[in-house]
Amino acid sequence: MKFGVVIFPGSNCDYDTFFVLKNGLRQETVFLWHKDHDLRGVDCIVLPGGFSYGDYLRSGAIARFSPLMQEVREFADRGGLVLGICNGFQVLLELGLLPGAMLRNKNLKFLCQYVHLRVDNPETRFTRRTRRGQVLRIPIAHFDGHYFSPPEALRDLEEHGQVVFRYVDEKGEPTEAANVNGSAASIAGLINRRGNVLGMMPHPERASEALLGSEDGRLIFESLVQP
Amino acid sequence: MIDPKLLADHNLTLEEYERIVSLVGREPNITELGIFSLMWSEHCSYKSSKAFLKKLPTKGKHVIQGPGENAGIIDIGGGLAVVFKIESHHHPSFIEPFQGAATGVGGILRDIFTMGARPIALLDSLRFGPLDTPRNRAIMDGVVAGISSYGNSIGVPTVGGEVYFDDCYSKNPLVNVFCLGLVEKDKIFYAKAEGVGNPVLYVGSKTGRDGIHGATMASAEFGKETEQKRPNVQVGDPFKEKLLLEACLEVMDKGLIVGIQDMGAAGLTCSTAEMPAKSGTGISINLDLVPQREEGMTPYEIMLSESQERMLLVAKKENVTEVQKTFAKWDLDAVDIGEVTAGRNLRVSFRGETVVDVPVDAVVNLCPVYRRPSRKPAYLQTVQKLDLPPLASDLGATLLKLIASPTIADKEWVFRQYDHMVQTNTALLPGADAAVLRVKGQKRALAITLDGNALYCYLDPSTGGAIAVAEACRNLACVGARPIGVTNCLNFGNPEKPEIMWQFKKVIEGMAEACRTFEIPVTGGNVSFYNDTEGLSIRPTPVLGIVGLIDDVDRLVGPGFKKEGDAVVLLGENREELGGSEYLRVIHGLEKGRPPGIDLEREKSVQEVCIQAITSGLVRSAHDISEGGLAVCAAEGCILDRAEIGCVLDLDDKIRPDALLFGEAQSRILLSASGTRLPKVLDLAAEKGVPAKVIGRTGGKELVIRQSGREIIRLPIHRLIEAWKNALPGALSVR
Amino acid sequence: MRVRILVSFKESVLDPQGQTVKNALLTLGYGFVKDVRQGKVFEIALDGITEEQARRAIPEIADKVLANPIIEKFTWEILTEKKKV
Repeated sequence: MKFGVVIFPGSNCDYDTFFVLKNGLRQETVFLWHKDHDLRGVDCIVLPGGFSYGDYLRSGAIARFSPLMQEVREFADRGGLVLGICNGFQVLLELGLLPGAMLRNKNLKFLCQYVHLRVDNPETRFTRRTRRGQVLRIPIAHFDGHYFSPPEALRDLEEHGQVVFRYVDEKGEPTEAANVNGSAASIAGLINRRGNVLGMMPHPERASEALLGSEDGRLIFESLVQP
Repeated sequence: MIDPKLLADHNLTLEEYERIVSLVGREPNITELGIFSLMWSEHCSYKSSKAFLKKLPTKGKHVIQGPGENAGIIDIGGGLAVVFKIESHHHPSFIEPFQGAATGVGGILRDIFTMGARPIALLDSLRFGPLDTPRNRAIMDGVVAGISSYGNSIGVPTVGGEVYFDDCYSKNPLVNVFCLGLVEKDKIFYAKAEGVGNPVLYVGSKTGRDGIHGATMASAEFGKETEQKRPNVQVGDPFKEKLLLEACLEVMDKGLIVGIQDMGAAGLTCSTAEMPAKSGTGISINLDLVPQREEGMTPYEIMLSESQERMLLVAKKENVTEVQKTFAKWDLDAVDIGEVTAGRNLRVSFRGETVVDVPVDAVVNLCPVYRRPSRKPAYLQTVQKLDLPPLASDLGATLLKLIASPTIADKEWVFRQYDHMVQTNTALLPGADAAVLRVKGQKRALAITLDGNALYCYLDPSTGGAIAVAEACRNLACVGARPIGVTNCLNFGNPEKPEIMWQFKKVIEGMAEACRTFEIPVTGGNVSFYNDTEGLSIRPTPVLGIVGLIDDVDRLVGPGFKKEGDAVVLLGENREELGGSEYLRVIHGLEKGRPPGIDLEREKSVQEVCIQAITSGLVRSAHDISEGGLAVCAAEGCILDRAEIGCVLDLDDKIRPDALLFGEAQSRILLSASGTRLPKVLDLAAEKGVPAKVIGRTGGKELVIRQSGREIIRLPIHRLIEAWKNALPGALSVR
Repeated sequence: MRVRILVSFKESVLDPQGQTVKNALLTLGYGFVKDVRQGKVFEIALDGITEEQARRAIPEIADKVLANPIIEKFTWEILTEKKKV
């Protein structure tokens, strides 16, 4: 499978993601420059974490106007696979490829720590290697991770099984304490109706090696790669 | 005749002025005066410290670059080198904590990538006043938020550091930021202005009126009017710096430039003077070409501005277009503002006129070096006398109180705000003895720690200086790393006071001896003087940043007990030494006595045993004994692993119980090892003549300590965790 | 020509920063403070465009870029220049 990792001015996790895909999963991986229009024939586009445009104005608000994003939108409309991680998720929200918006964390501070995620939809292209209810240990690192969506839109998401990951405690319960950023319905990651665009706030590329503390994030990449 | 007030405003003495006149060959104009004021300030010239810094060992067979450049460089083998340095940014952090700390991070990052290295880690040593005043809480809040906002945005993980609280820092908080980068040995760049006729390019943010006289502010004590200095604090733009970093590394990677220097303290002045001074050339620039974001800036303002996120490059004429194209890709301008010249002068023109024409050597190298008088302070007589307080009846309660004191307590409130995982190299999470970064593609790893106990240095500067080095190396040993290089930030009061100068001299002597014993070179660092407000100085606070190398990262261990039933081994000896301890200070309000003694050879042997035990896979955890003594070390052993395993210790030293539990005798490490590996650990220690004793076993959910059979501590782990975890959040949320 | 655009959270969106500011003001003794909503002010200097064109362009800019319509609302005004005598 060929992956394309997009680089915006201010992206920080582009190389981290590239390293996992290329060195960890041995997949053909290229970088896609935000000013280009060429998707280089990739099968899956990854919008990595970071601080595109310094998070100025709003996280992801300026990056979504990059020339490349026009191609990304059309690619997604054609059914191409798109994975947005952290800032990448924020870009997808600003683009409208996923519903909702991000607000500042409820404790008004940047949070960098491990969290537990529960897989609530194991049937997506991004979670096929997991089981329903499986608890994964993956780190977050963000200031604006409080997911928001108006109540009717939230109901819609739940009804259509679009909530893929939820913040939970070790036992898999979506407690208030486990929801460190205050996200609506403890939503940590969601997918579009069609099932080809996923956004998640935690960083799976930071949990793909035992040395770094967890290998649970690897399951998401493996899900994409497996035939 | 020069106006004395003008001189005072520029922090220059009459003698210094006369020297300037003689070096330049005439009276300097106002812009030239500003230039000398900046470059001859304490912060830039090291005039009060140079003579003493010479005592520190700087040579070593792996040293690629010692003191004198933007950062030090050590060869780590495999074609790679590490570039690292520590810097201070205190005075701006007192005035505007957020921006002061943020721009401190920005500055040290530039010092690293200006040499061609990609920054891969930040650490910070923070010293604040006690958290019982709103002002101190606000300063801590602002500083941590500032470091967080800058480091996170630019994508360099802040992986460790230290936080200390003491009243001497209330009006003089200290913010020391350390940065380390990785570079290929043959791709290192220096601040060279070589090749007469080569264009000089300005890249980065436009120049504004930020921080004019920032360097001089760092060289002056604070008085009551300090609040008015607020406009002089720079505002950082980490996004701009990220673009600058990528663009600079790209042109360096393509081999397009001859030399590069960042514009940090003393901005355009510093880079345009230092680059030719180092290269035996001169430089000429035209201020009309310098990108400006304010209208009507004078030459004085343009030269002295400390606007952030700017670099100066020297390129070969034929490469300029390519350089500009690369910067344009990152939405940055690279503007040709001048050229390298044959003479030895810095010549600056503005609106067709020459406004500066001074010899670069005079500006950079000929500032007078002072051997200021030093005198042993009178306070030492009284302060070194210690009358031991009566023993508390409930030592368990004492431990709970100690482990909840902010200097010792959990720092998660701080490091949770730092992205400490970006770049996916962080092999040991914050809270351990040292930060450990793996090197991608190989088995080796780098370990980094910052250390410096100011109370020890206050009570006995030379012992304190030696212990600072020893403790840092001990922290590295606990992750199996051997030290390879040192950077240091020496934070002291007013050097014009003989007592302060004496402290400085003595601390350096202690540091030098320890560095020689451990055979580690000092590759550079920073001296921050004038940390006084209204006549009150901070304690002498040397902050040592030591980098170590781990051969096999798969052998890495942390400080927490990993398995029930392991033997707990004490390397080193318990001694009745309570002087200068956190216990005396927190529990009894005493900052007296002499710091613990340090036997550098014994320390070295203990560390060697620990390193070998780890690299041979013999132990499951290692943690050094420092603030809070053995009891705190053991408690942390129970707390710092997710397994949360307790332990039972049996000690038979015939010393005061509180000294046994909380004394800070040096050269001690607590290891845990399985029963099968234990004999090898003890053999290893015996071979090196290091005392080693099994003092207990891991297991259960309590910390139990007995002395000569008598139980003196019994605490459930959850109570220890509660006290430890809630201390900082509790102290910071007080209204 | 200068325009000022004010962007703030919609009523239904929780504004913890506004709440924090409100609590700080109450603590400082300003008991008459009932509520605080925090927002952003954009001042844009325009050139080479008529007032009528601006009246069409500004709401478009605000809606498309400056505000996120899911969570934010905006108001805008053209700042009248005082005539120099």
